[in-house]
Formats: sequence, C-alpha cells, structure tokens
Amino acid sequence: MGTIRFFIDGREITVTEGETILEAASKNGIYIPHVCHHPDLKPAGMCRVCVVEADGLLVPACRAPAAAGMVVKTGGNLVNKMQRLAVELLATNHHDDCLACGKNNACKLQEVAQYVGVDKQRLTRFQAQELRPVDDSNPFISRDYNKCILCGICVRACNEITCIEAIDYAFRGYAAKISTLSDKPLQDSKCTSCGECMVRCPVGALLPKGGVQAAYEVKTVCPYCGCGCGVYLSVREGKIVGVRGDRESKVNEGELCVKGRFGYSFVNHAERLTAPLIKRNGRFEEASWDEALDLVANKFREIQAEYGPESLGGLSSARVTNEDNYLFQKLLRSLGSNSIDHCARL
Amino acid sequence: MVGLATTTGSGAMTNPISDIENCQAIFVIGSNPTENHPIIGYRMQRAVKKGAKLIVADPRRIPLAEIADVHLQCRPGTDVALLNGMMHVILRYGLENKEFIAERTNGFAQLKEFIMEGYGVESVAAITGVPAAAIERAARLYATADTAGIFYCMGVTQHTCGTENVLALTNLAMVTGNFGKPHAGVNPLRGQNNVQGACDMGCLPHVLPGYQPIHSDGTTYWQRMAGQAEADATDIISALEFDYYGKTPQSVPANKVSDHLRAKFSRAWGVELSDVPGRTINDMFHPNPRRWCKALYVVGENPVLSSPDSEHVRAALTALDFLVVQDIFLTETAELADVVLPATSFAEKEGTFINTERRVQRVRRAIPPTGQSKADWEIVQALAKRLNLPWHHQSPQEIWDEVRQLSPHYFGGMTYERLDRQGLQWPCPTEDHPGTPIMHRRSWRGETDKFACGIGQFSTVDYRPLATEKPDEEYPFVLTTARKLYHYHTRTMTGKVEGLNELLNEERMQINPKDAQRLGIGANDTVRVSSARGSVKTRVAITDQVPEGTVCMSFHFAESPANVLADPAICSMSVISELKVSAVNIRKSKRQV
Repeated sequence: MGTIRFFIDGREITVTEGETILEAASKNGIYIPHVCHHPDLKPAGMCRVCVVEADGLLVPACRAPAAAGMVVKTGGNLVNKMQRLAVELLATNHHDDCLACGKNNACKLQEVAQYVGVDKQRLTRFQAQELRPVDDSNPFISRDYNKCILCGICVRACNEITCIEAIDYAFRGYAAKISTLSDKPLQDSKCTSCGECMVRCPVGALLPKGGVQAAYEVKTVCPYCGCGCGVYLSVREGKIVGVRGDRESKVNEGELCVKGRFGYSFVNHAERLTAPLIKRNGRFEEASWDEALDLVANKFREIQAEYGPESLGGLSSARVTNEDNYLFQKLLRSLGSNSIDHCARL
Repeated sequence: MVGLATTTGSGAMTNPISDIENCQAIFVIGSNPTENHPIIGYRMQRAVKKGAKLIVADPRRIPLAEIADVHLQCRPGTDVALLNGMMHVILRYGLENKEFIAERTNGFAQLKEFIMEGYGVESVAAITGVPAAAIERAARLYATADTAGIFYCMGVTQHTCGTENVLALTNLAMVTGNFGKPHAGVNPLRGQNNVQGACDMGCLPHVLPGYQPIHSDGTTYWQRMAGQAEADATDIISALEFDYYGKTPQSVPANKVSDHLRAKFSRAWGVELSDVPGRTINDMFHPNPRRWCKALYVVGENPVLSSPDSEHVRAALTALDFLVVQDIFLTETAELADVVLPATSFAEKEGTFINTERRVQRVRRAIPPTGQSKADWEIVQALAKRLNLPWHHQSPQEIWDEVRQLSPHYFGGMTYERLDRQGLQWPCPTEDHPGTPIMHRRSWRGETDKFACGIGQFSTVDYRPLATEKPDEEYPFVLTTARKLYHYHTRTMTGKVEGLNELLNEERMQINPKDAQRLGIGANDTVRVSSARGSVKTRVAITDQVPEGTVCMSFHFAESPANVLADPAICSMSVISELKVSAVNIRKSKRQV
C-alpha cells in the first residue's frame, strides 16, 4: 500500500493508504476529540464526537479513511456545534460525581467535555428521572449503569478481544443498556471476569471493586499458568493493590484473564508463613532461621551418613524462579544425590 | 517432552504464542485453552474469526468445541488410534508434503507401511468411537491448510501412553511439513508459570541444567541398584542437541558425552558429581516403600493433593525420617513436615521465569518479603553454607550468569540486560543471537532448515488398548481430570483470593444428563465417587460437556480431592502418571450437603 498526502487544518499530512482521519491525526499529534474509538478495536463510529469536516462533508473521523488531497477541518462553527451536541447527549444521562469517581482525571468524557465545552443545563429535559441500581454481583468488577454512556467499547472488547461474547446492547430509549443474556447479573452470565471490558471502559461505568491508585508500579510476570503474561503490579504502602497487563509484552499484549488480573491478594494474605516452623511433639513451633537451618543441615548430614547420599531426595517447584530451581538441584547434586524431580509430570 | 524430543531433538513449544492468531488451521487435542491458558484461548478464537479451521479432539465437549469445524469426541485413551487414523487419510489421499519428507525426515517408508496396514479409518472409528467421516474431515482440514498448528496439553501427556500420543502428533506435523515455519508446529502448552524453567534448570533426575545428560546408559536408579546390565541406549537426544551449537568437542563419542559434561559441572561447582541415576517423583511415592527416600526436601509443591493416589502419598511422606517443606503457605504437604521454611512469593523476589513458548522473562521484586520469609535461593544458599559446600551466591543475577556459562547452548546470550523488556526465547547461545521464536528452521546464521537433532525421525506408534484402566461392572464410569478457569492447581494461591472463591467455591463433578437421570441425581446433589484406590464426595454439575459414561473432576479442592481416585500407573517412557483415565463408580450420597 502506498502513501497519500492530505490536509488537516491546513497542515500537510502523509499517511499509509487506508488509514482513517483519526489515526492519521493522532499519529501526527493532532487531537480530535473521540469517545467510542479504541485503538485495540475496530472503529464503530457510534458516539459521533469525532465528527470533522472532510471536503465539505461531516464525517466521523474514526471511520472515514483519509484520501489523497482531502481537506479536513477539525473545527469551525458547524463541526464545533455538532461535537458539542454529541458530547452533551453523552453527558446528559451520565451521573457525574466526578470527585468520588474512580475514573476521575482518566475519564474520556471529562477529556472531550473539557475540549469541546458543554452546557449541562441545555439538555436537562432529556435526563432520566431515577438512578439505576449498580450491578455488584461480580466479586471483582462493579457495573454502574448511571455512568454508562453506551459507547459499546465493552461489548466490542468482549467480542473482538476475548471472543467470550457475554454482553450486548439491550432495550431501547431510556431503558437501553449493556446487558447479559436475559439481563441476568454479570455473575450468572457466561462472563469470565477477565476484566478486558473494564480496562477499556472510557468512563466510570466499569471499575475494579475496591480499586485504589498506586504509589508505584513494577513490571514482572504473572505467577499462574504457562503463558507467562507480562504484568505491572501496582503497589501502595508495601501491598499489591492492582495488576495491569503489560501492553509491551509479546505474549499477552496487555490482555489478561481473571486470575492474572484479580488473583493476587494471596501475596498479602494473613495466613502467609512468616517464620520458620519446627514440629515438636506433633505441633509446630516458631523458630529462628539459625535454629531451623542448623536442624535441617544436621538431619541431612545424619541421614546421608547412615543411608548413603541417595537417601536424600528433592522436589522442586514449577512455581519458583529459574535461579531458585537451579540452586536447588545444585544443592542436592552437590550432596551426592540426583533424586530431583518436580511436578512437570502432573 | 520425551516424545517431542525423540522426534525433533527438543521438547518445547516450537512456535510462539503470537503466531496463533494467524494459523490457517488449529488442531487442539487434550487441551482446554479457554480455561487453562485463557490468553491462548483468546487468540485461537480470534484466529477462527479470521477464518482459521479449528479441529478439537477431546472426550469432553469443551468450549472451543462449540466453534470447531470438527469435534473428534474420542473415547479417553484412544488418541494414538485417532491420530494414526488421520495419518491414514492423509497418506491415502496423497496429502503429505513430499518435498519436506524427502529433505528433512527419516523413516517415512516404514511409517507409511505401518499406517496403511493397521489404521484404516473404519477400524479407527470402531476403537475411538469417532465417526469415520469426522476423522476424514479433520485429516483433510489439517493437511490441506498452508499452516497448521498442533496444540496439546495434559490430556495428551497424562496417560500411560503419553509419549506415544506425542510421537503420533509429531508424525502428523512432519508428514504435512508443519515444522520450522510461522503459524504451525507442535506446541505443548505448559500448565504452570515456570514448569519449563524447572525442566530447563535440571530439576529432573537424569539431566543437568540445559538437558545435559548426567549418565549415558539409559538405566534408572533401580536398575542400577539391582546391578542390571547397562542398556546400550545412549542419551543421544541431548547429546545431539548439544552438538548442534558446536559446543561439544567432536572427539567425544556419544556415550562419553555425559562423563564430559559431569566433569564440566564438577569443576564449576567444586564437588564430584555422582553418575547414579536419580529417583523420579513416582519412585519417591512408589507402591514399594523400599524405593522411597529417607529424607525429602520439598520446595513450593503440594504433592498430597497434586499427585495421584493422595492417601498413599500422605503415607509415604509420613513414613520419611525427615521432611522439609519450603512454601509460602502451610499447605497440606507442609502440615506433614518436620521443618517448614517460609519462602517469598513471586512479588517479593528477583529472578526469571520461562514460559510455555521458551521465553525467559524477568521477575522483579515489587514489595518487601512478608515477615521473616526469604527467597528460595537464599534459603538454599544458607543451607549450602552450613553443609560446607564451596559456593557462595550473592544474587539471582549472579546465579543466572552461572546458568548461562554452564548451559551456553540454551542461555549463553541471555544477560539480564537483554532480558529486561520482553525477554528472549531459547536457544540463544551468544550475546549477538536474537533468540529463537520458531524452532527447527533456518538458523540465524543462514544455514539450511533443520531440526535441532538434524533430521526429523518418524516413529511407528501402535495403539495399546491396555494402556488405560477399563471401566467394568464394579467401576462403570471413566473419570477424567481437568482444571478450572478460576483456580490453579491445589488452590494454594487462588484459595486465598476471596473473589475467586466466590466465583467457584467447591468441586462440581461434570456428569452427562442421561447418566444423571439413570442414577437419579439432581442438579445440586452430592455424590460419592469411588475407585479401586479411594473415594471422595463431591457435588455435581449436569452437562453435556461430558459424554455418557464419562465424568470429570478437578483437583483444586481439598474437600473433594480427585487425585485420591487417580491411577498411579505411569508412562513407561516419560514417567508421567495416568491422571486422565480412572475407572470409578458413582453413588448418590444419602446425606445431602
């Protein structure tokens, strides 16, 4: 595919043929407000916030391909008016309690409203009268319909990324909402709680339960299955408070499953072993490291002296690091025993 | 692992995970990726949306079977017959890749004769219970796709015939030329985050790190102890793999390679290494107590729940003179220990993991250790010091550099600096080597395509009907085991995550609606499942995911430990337990929970 040249607000832009106006603009650092577009998903063109004027016609920038010589205007009376209307329509039934919202400062709606400018009073007559109940059935994800702007990113993520297809649009008018089959709570649907919808939700409609902001993040690898997904652990006050998929990882490109995204609270669990234990008279008693290690070393020595070096065996773990595993087999082999195995066979 | 290594010279996933989405055909056998490897499951489903053909072979109607072009619902334990039947179709219609076979493989004529004689589709249909038309369709879809990837998991390997299953799969891939190119290959999906690494680091009784053989004679510990004649089979696989990167002096004959390697490690570690073969995990818990160790050091494992015939394992552990368990929680196994050592979790230490596609990735410390817990390597180092061993490791990075130095054919070029962002896939012998996303292809130096062991070897594998425990009057059901999306292994970790317990908090044995009706079992009933080895209680889930006569349990829950029931019979070649097929009976529990 060749390259073409076209113009955005008088600036000449060169792009690959087939790219949309929005893609071309963002690659060249030109902001066009948009809400329902997500770079991981196919363009939908539903919210109409990204409307621009291309060769005199109003088009959604997220779906309209750039054409050679095309003249695009991202502003002007008509475009501004249309964009503002689109944003106001989205905002009308959005329950805005921004300071208490988990999405505050990371909200797409805030972002476009700030850019476009809205008048909340203009459309109050279209506001729904009652707040809807929040779906709290899922242990990890909370769904607040009052914040949902029906952009459909969650539906597309569920269809296009994970192919689980647990949710879709249902009902009409004020009753319209994103729903599971038969409008059951998320918990009783085929949703697997992977959270791919949640991480892409542009507003506070889908949020992790009990989510807090991290003090810092550390890049590492998920401890569950053999996929080895790249993750960032969010940490605050010495505790893990969240996980996000590493988009740079060639394994998962940011995607995660329910265990990888939410299954980390075992790390800070109260039942973690915190001190060496020695069994005396059938009961465990806490001991110092020196005491425990001396006991282990002496016992190994005694048993090997009596029954030969091969009487000592070791089971290593498919869960600990390479360095741990390497040193473990080095220990046993250095003590004269090759009886080392692990549960690869299980 | 043994199976894939025999044929091709290496026993790991041949292609990267990122390849899956653009496969033209995907053959999933004995694997349930949407639950056990969800990220891979996403990619397979996306491939199907893009037009890939999907073939699923599984006794259960797993979720992927719902979108498959063909679902081969074979009887448990009949995979070899099924795969040979597919091979028969490919050869009968001349769909094999003649060029690839001529250039890169050995033993095709023999295989063809063997298959054409014994595995006509009709007879295979009779053995497997899969309609002949479905076998034909699957074989054609697989063989006519430009790129076709095979993906398998414990459903293939956890059988007494596990090695044969893998050999038959590898035959299919070789006969169609699906090696050494993108979006193809034979891909075992490893179940645990670092199971590949534990193997690669030499936590196996017969090999040192990097699969360098510790002895050359192919005997087991027990044969050696009994003074049996040394078998003349040399560990040619590893030796050749080693040769490929030109690191072994050519003057060393194959049966002396292990002496050479042992000497290398002995020098590096400052000790004299023993060439006595080690016990496998099955020896450690063998029915004959004379095979057990006297002392056992268990790190991060819970064999009481994860090994077959749990009661027996418990007895074997209790009988030890001394048991040390090192873990992050007081597991069922740790409770039996004399000493328990507190280890750090993955979030509290530095190091590397190796994933199922051979990618070595950095693990980093995010939080300080809990309580007095220490990293596993620190504990091992402290013990080594007390046992007067002459090594003093200061950091994971330093340990890794020793791994690189002693297994250069796999890891030589993988410095921590190079692993920093995305990791590297082994083999990566030198610091200018880019790593190996796709195995068995033209090397980075531009040599011709070849297998790690030079040339691909076809094997003739026969279906053995006796490889599985047969259901009979007393035990009329076949029990197969599986894992669930919401939990992991024995729930040491996931059981401590409240939300995951909320999503799934008890065992639900899958049973077919017709069987349930016959036994008068209702949707929320509790049943007692018994095998020749033991019995457990569990609630049921009535579903046509399992065919009539087959039931399926996980081994996640201590309250319903399926492995109490499992058959500890083992695969003769790779010593994997028969966890996937046991004969059981089912009685409705009198007292409902």
